[in-house]
Amino acid sequence: MKILLITEQRTGQWNKISFETLVAAQQIAQQTKSTVAGAVIGKGVSTLADELSAYQLDEVLLIEHDLLGQYTPDGFSIALRQVIENAKPDLALLPHTYQVRDFAPKLAASLAKGMIGDCIGYRHENAKLVFVRQMFQGRTAADIVFAGEPPWITSFQAGAFRADLVAKHASGKAPVKTVSIDLKPEQIRTKPLQLFREAKQAVDLTQAPVLVSVGRGIKAPENIPMAEKLAKLMGGEVSASRPICDEGWLPMERQIGSSGQTVMPKLYLALGISGAIQHVVGMKGARTIAAINKDQSAPIFEIADYGIVGDLFEIVPAMIEELEKSKAG
Amino acid sequence: MKIGVCIKQVPAKDAPLAILDGSAWIRESDIGFETNEPDSFALEEALRLKEKHGGEVVAISMGPERAKQTIKEALAKGAERGIHISDPEFFKLDPLTSARSFAAAIQSENFDLILTGLQSDDQGFGQTGVLLAELLGRPHATIIMAIEVIGSALKLKRELEAGWFQWVEVPLPAVLTIQSGINKPRYATLKGIMAAKKKDIATIERASLGVPDRRTQQVQRIYVPQKSKKTEFITGSPKEAAAKLIEKLRHEARVL
Repeated sequence: MKILLITEQRTGQWNKISFETLVAAQQIAQQTKSTVAGAVIGKGVSTLADELSAYQLDEVLLIEHDLLGQYTPDGFSIALRQVIENAKPDLALLPHTYQVRDFAPKLAASLAKGMIGDCIGYRHENAKLVFVRQMFQGRTAADIVFAGEPPWITSFQAGAFRADLVAKHASGKAPVKTVSIDLKPEQIRTKPLQLFREAKQAVDLTQAPVLVSVGRGIKAPENIPMAEKLAKLMGGEVSASRPICDEGWLPMERQIGSSGQTVMPKLYLALGISGAIQHVVGMKGARTIAAINKDQSAPIFEIADYGIVGDLFEIVPAMIEELEKSKAG
Repeated sequence: MKIGVCIKQVPAKDAPLAILDGSAWIRESDIGFETNEPDSFALEEALRLKEKHGGEVVAISMGPERAKQTIKEALAKGAERGIHISDPEFFKLDPLTSARSFAAAIQSENFDLILTGLQSDDQGFGQTGVLLAELLGRPHATIIMAIEVIGSALKLKRELEAGWFQWVEVPLPAVLTIQSGINKPRYATLKGIMAAKKKDIATIERASLGVPDRRTQQVQRIYVPQKSKKTEFITGSPKEAAAKLIEKLRHEARVL
């Protein structure tokens, strides 16, 4: 089999999930006796191609064009379609980033192929690859196989593979091959404008040793102060899952997850958070995770060290009382 | 502006899920269904664009008979009419076949703009909008947090990762997927609910669309995932559990 790994960079900086997907490519290649080509796409990215060539790959494809300097879904899918048609991989692997979500289904459809996106793992069984992804907001997993002829396109979620397991090239460096692309300005219909961040942040959640994080289970904005009080007693900050910030109950800068902050506190206490993957990718690196949720089957309990199945409106006040008592004593 | 909104009906958020043995779906008989939350943001955005710039909003949903309820709710909130693409076994479709069916059913509508939510809360493939754009030959943009109409183009605020955003300009006609939280979806008024009764829902049998059954992928089974960590569950009255948890965090995990 031939595997094509498509890496991601922006303004010459790697999106580090690319290296997790590289590990996936190396593992699948070993099990299926496949070759792996690693692609770098953009403009002025030959240094990145050179860096990539130091890893265990059969070759590196350097895909450069003036019109690929800024990401556009048209530019990237037209270019990668040409790469796939020429290199004829059986399997193209991508990191599941916001950018990949934006163009990879289009790329697959332009080849009349399907994409299995957002995978958290795979199994190699009976000479077939079975991809695993979540459904129902993480409440179930699903085994999915490709049907029909390759090429097949798959993306892996952040954290699905450990980037530190990446294998270096055994004998120096993989050859870098420059791939030329036929792309015209009129083929690109969207015009990317400025990149920006919202107003300067008032709190840096990544530095908080303890985070008390609230989800839908907190029910109403009037209940947020209770979580804030607990956070204060624990020497930490309050944070939230996306719906809470969407509602405006807490500012966006306190949001944890793929569209918000990624944190690794000593303690992450999840109150009424179900644990959808978009949230979990932002906090699973916490040293200790404790969760209070009324639903025993909530996916947050899959990653929690300590769990209480119960009513947070009874348990949190009891915790506050307990902490105040020991402070007074 | 003529706007189409693709909305899906999914199991209610708090519905207990029972997986049908050896299948890729859940037992539907005992649970409630609701409009996919991300799609309700797309619907709201469509209604606001219409109210500001004039035109029409058409709510489109694919699914079994029950999916009509989701269209009715959209009509009650202010959509002008609905299209129901009927398929009792919709859940079996792969993303490409499902998008091909949407494209075949709405091609002749020539929408100026098609909106949909970012992903569904059930299968969550998150591909329909992007695929639909490709199949209809339209440009697209995803994860949209703000829309400004500038003549025959849109200026859009896209959400990127880790707190970054980007403005992009996209010519009409186009397809957008809307990020949750872009607006506050309205509730249907009693007046809206009454008015909806007179609005039209066209039903199209998916089987009649002539979309070839060429699956690109197959969900073999769904199942409750195995735990990657062993969770220690703390029991007792709320007071006891709270005290035990704090004790464990202090002396066992030593994080307090």
